[in-house]
Amino acid sequence: MLELINLSFQVPEQSNAKKEIIKSVNLQLKDHTFTAITGPNGGGKSTLAKLIMGMEKPTGGQIIWNGQDITDLDVTERAKLGISFAFQQPVRFKGIKVKDLITLAAGEKLSTASACEYLSKVGLCARDYINRDVDGSLSGGELKRIEIATIIARNTPLSVFDEPEAGIDLWSFSNLIKVFEAMHEKRENSLIIISHQERILSIADEIVVLADGAVKAQGAREDILPELLGGTTGCKYYQQEEGTRC
Amino acid sequence: MDQIQKTLLEEIAGLHEVPAGAYNIRANGKSVSRNTTANIDIVTKEDKQGIDIIIKPGTKKESVHIPVVLSQSGLTEMVYNDFYVGDDCDVTIIAGCGIHNGGDEMSKHDGIHSFFIGKNSHVRYVEKHYGSGDGKGKRIMNPETVVEVGENSFMEMETVQIRGVDSTKRRTSAALADGAKIVITERLMTHGSQNAESYFKVDLNGAGSSANLISRSVAKEDSTQLFFSEINGNNQCAGHSECDAIIMDNAKIGAVPKITANHLEAALIHEAAIGKIAGEQITKLMTLGLTEAEAEEQIVNGFLR
Ligand SMILES: Nc1ncnc2c1ncn2[C@@H]1O[C@H](COP(=O)(O)OP(=O)(O)OP(=O)(O)O)[C@@H](O)[C@H]1O
Ligand SMILES: [Mg+2]
Repeated sequence: MLELINLSFQVPEQSNAKKEIIKSVNLQLKDHTFTAITGPNGGGKSTLAKLIMGMEKPTGGQIIWNGQDITDLDVTERAKLGISFAFQQPVRFKGIKVKDLITLAAGEKLSTASACEYLSKVGLCARDYINRDVDGSLSGGELKRIEIATIIARNTPLSVFDEPEAGIDLWSFSNLIKVFEAMHEKRENSLIIISHQERILSIADEIVVLADGAVKAQGAREDILPELLGGTTGCKYYQQEEGTRC
Repeated sequence: MDQIQKTLLEEIAGLHEVPAGAYNIRANGKSVSRNTTANIDIVTKEDKQGIDIIIKPGTKKESVHIPVVLSQSGLTEMVYNDFYVGDDCDVTIIAGCGIHNGGDEMSKHDGIHSFFIGKNSHVRYVEKHYGSGDGKGKRIMNPETVVEVGENSFMEMETVQIRGVDSTKRRTSAALADGAKIVITERLMTHGSQNAESYFKVDLNGAGSSANLISRSVAKEDSTQLFFSEINGNNQCAGHSECDAIIMDNAKIGAVPKITANHLEAALIHEAAIGKIAGEQITKLMTLGLTEAEAEEQIVNGFLR
């Protein structure tokens, strides 16, 4: 189980002021569940994911993973404990091939055939991609799919995906949904997917709404989703507080 | 040959045994074995150290290995190798130098390789430099390559220096005739207090000639690197050079590009980038379970591949 306790993240601004990006967040994510995190742009979703992965250090609070306090562990240590993270904007490398990245992710020597299998899962014709560099020559959507394939290859107890649908074309989107459904089918691992897409939210067990650095709502999909989609005046979770409008 | 020399040979030429085709192996200042073929002759120079390699017109799918190994500390040499490649050839030439210095004196190999390539030929030239040994004596290599690429011929040159050479000044110059093409790829890594300088000069003299020069280097610890490239477009031609470097620790890297168009139809491009490893690249590999040091190693190895 992943527990976030009073988790805060502040960054210094000019003149000693501090900007609070994550404000004392408390969350419990049960094992083997699929949690979708949604909320307005700039709400703090990616920051929260980076805090979970250890890419940012919280300025307050704790992160507990399966009973162990991992707040002070670095990225590598958390990765080794079974946490994975698919970046919102995947990183490009000069000279590292798609096969290398998938092999590193799998953590063992892979045959070309099994590396290709992961690529096929995300709808890439493996033969065309396996020996390509993970560099600027790949399109945004291709890069995004390769990123997802590496997380599938890692197959860890917790996988966090940051807007996996971004840049993925419509046809592949249906397949992407199937990928997540398949990952969740066996109920062996936990998934956190940050998304703005109704179709992803609608296959989650739990939904968390994060806005302005705080949890605005959390609960079973059946309870949260209708609220998110309902009403013509806009969603109540997304409404800005009086006075914060620029 | 002793074990040290065999190891050097394997590092620079991938040779476990005597190579197929023509070869000349030079060890500690002397030719130790040689083979010629019906199409490829190797002749010792009379007036100075070195050999002439003469490749008959129409020679296809043959190779020449001319590795040099130095394992005796304190040896310094200056060698001249001239390659005469006839018309309509397709050949691979593997050169390279390995120095093992276990003593305190400087070991040095300076070599000038000159290529005279005829028409419609394809030459692939591979050159690896490698140093080993824990003596205080420096391992120094100063290779110079001079190339004349004939009409419609294509020269592919790959140079690699990844480990153990304390000081290197590398000079490569090429002159291209009509329709001739050259592609040069350089891979370089320096560490410790090593110093490497690379000078490239390409004269695109012929109509429709082209050059592509790609250098990737990594400078670690206290090492220094300097990269000069000069492309002169003297006719309707296309020239491109790209210098991409990763800087680490306290290293220093300089890149001095120069492109000169002396003809209206000369199209010349230079790109140069020097920077440290992007932090997000390291972080990404750490999220896959690599330590920071392992991540750096992966990134550097990939970059130099
Ligand atoms: N290191 C930082 N320094 C300053 N501001 C930051 C930093 N990191 C994030 N922010 C700010 O914190 C807010 C939350 O950013 P975050 O990327 O977490 O949002 P998000 O919910 O993922 O948005 P989106 O839906 O657009 O991806 C933004 O206003 C962002 O500009
Ligand atoms: Mg985001």
